[in-house]
Amino acid sequence: MQVRANRVRSRIRALTDGAVTGLAILSTVLVIAPLVIIFGYLLYKGASSVNLDFFTQIPKPEGETGGGMANAIVGSAIVLAIASAIGVPMGIAGGIYLAEFGRGTRLATAVRFTADVLNGVPSIVMGVGVDGLIVRTHSVFIPFSGHFSAFSGGVALGIMMIPTVCRTTEEMLLMVPHAVREAALGLGVPNWRSVLSITVKTASPGIITGCMLAFARVAGETAPLIFTALGNSFWSTSLGRPIEALPLQIWIYATSPYDDQHRLAWAGALVLIALIVVAVSLVRYVTSRGVLKGAS
Amino acid sequence: MGVGIEVTNLNAWYGANHTLQDINLNIPANHATALIGPSGCGKSTFVRCLNRMHETNPIARVTGTVRIGDLDIYKDAKPVEIRRRVGMVFQRPNPFPTMSIFDNVAAGLKLNGYNNRHALAEIVERSLKNSALWDEVKDDLKKKSGASLSGGQQQRLCIARALAVDPEVLLMDEPASALDPVSTSKIEDLIFQLKSQYTIVIVTHNMQQAARVAEKTGFFLNGRMVEFDSTHKIFTNPSDKRTEDYITGRFG
Repeated sequence: MQVRANRVRSRIRALTDGAVTGLAILSTVLVIAPLVIIFGYLLYKGASSVNLDFFTQIPKPEGETGGGMANAIVGSAIVLAIASAIGVPMGIAGGIYLAEFGRGTRLATAVRFTADVLNGVPSIVMGVGVDGLIVRTHSVFIPFSGHFSAFSGGVALGIMMIPTVCRTTEEMLLMVPHAVREAALGLGVPNWRSVLSITVKTASPGIITGCMLAFARVAGETAPLIFTALGNSFWSTSLGRPIEALPLQIWIYATSPYDDQHRLAWAGALVLIALIVVAVSLVRYVTSRGVLKGAS
Repeated sequence: MGVGIEVTNLNAWYGANHTLQDINLNIPANHATALIGPSGCGKSTFVRCLNRMHETNPIARVTGTVRIGDLDIYKDAKPVEIRRRVGMVFQRPNPFPTMSIFDNVAAGLKLNGYNNRHALAEIVERSLKNSALWDEVKDDLKKKSGASLSGGQQQRLCIARALAVDPEVLLMDEPASALDPVSTSKIEDLIFQLKSQYTIVIVTHNMQQAARVAEKTGFFLNGRMVEFDSTHKIFTNPSDKRTEDYITGRFG
């Protein structure tokens, strides 16, 4: 009797184990599936239109076949460079303040709250805000104000990056063990130096991940650019003039009535994702070379 | 060379908690002095008052005088200057995780703006030799991270890092309590060698360790220093009943 009961119990245990494992695998597949499906569909629809012309030519007038998105790729790069130049330093500096210098202060609580609210502001609202602040304002104190410009697009995306970068920086800094800070202070290193050279450096892999997340998020934003960068069918690298960006171009082509433009839109979406992956991997590779193996 | 430490009427608080009460004590130069006592008796707080690490906690407060050599550390100097003269080794090894072994040892100098590469290499070598770690790490000084060493090696690395800034006093807050017996005996050997050059103050839970490494021993209880005498006297013939109860294991 006893032996049989044990056998039954062990069967039940094995079945439960199998069921739970199966469930975990199923969930993993469900998590990855959307990404694989989207990427596969993009490849299917867009891969055939990705050719040399796509990277070297500017859009052809409507109705003509061919042409590419070279101006949009360069434009996206410029707008994102401006955005990163604004969002990354401000976000990191804010995060350092929250985690290191302002701990427990009222200002820090206010900044943290504001950052969280800013994170939830819809991107179109960000576009309208910057539109009012720069595009529709005429002021000598605001560069490139009074008209649509690459600069204003970069500012809109940069502001969107700040809260993400700021909050991840804070969280990553707070994860650095207290013992590491004490070690630096115990050597007679001034607090500011200890924060910049020890704490921030120790947390840097996490901070870089935060920056990359913010970058990847804004790289695909269309709405904030509609009122700021506007779009431009011609070559432009000027910060003060309207500029094309990949998401804008995709949006315009995808909503156009021409099949050829639809194909280009698919290709643009594929290239946008590929470029984000390349940019993120590149930054990871470059920044990880300096950090030693074995470090956590 | 080490210098003596003279503590007069030292009181310390964490918030409303009076953790150190009227401590008076003279720590001799170039000797090892052990501080023993049950958990929470104030011995760690006491050593943290000797290099003003105490102040890094915003709710902490100190009164009284601490003279290290000729320097009244609460009057004449800034905390960062004192911490360069009074090195500290913590309970758990805390190497900088993103730095190589070399950079860990050089950190104190580099972060204070010292950049002579040739001299740095010499100081790093000397410090690692002084902490008896050189032979184990000399081949991968810049290849390996400080965090990749074993616990005992990490602690000796932390000692080397403290020695590299050339302090006069070395404070050790239970430096071997997180280590295995072999690593512990290495650290103790090291204390023995180092005390010819530095004044060493070591906090320990382990009474045998105090007896092995220190000439002088102080017994702390409930924020007061009960007794301070030669280690031999404390462990064989203490004057205070409470000290005797503690070392014979009647409490704590």
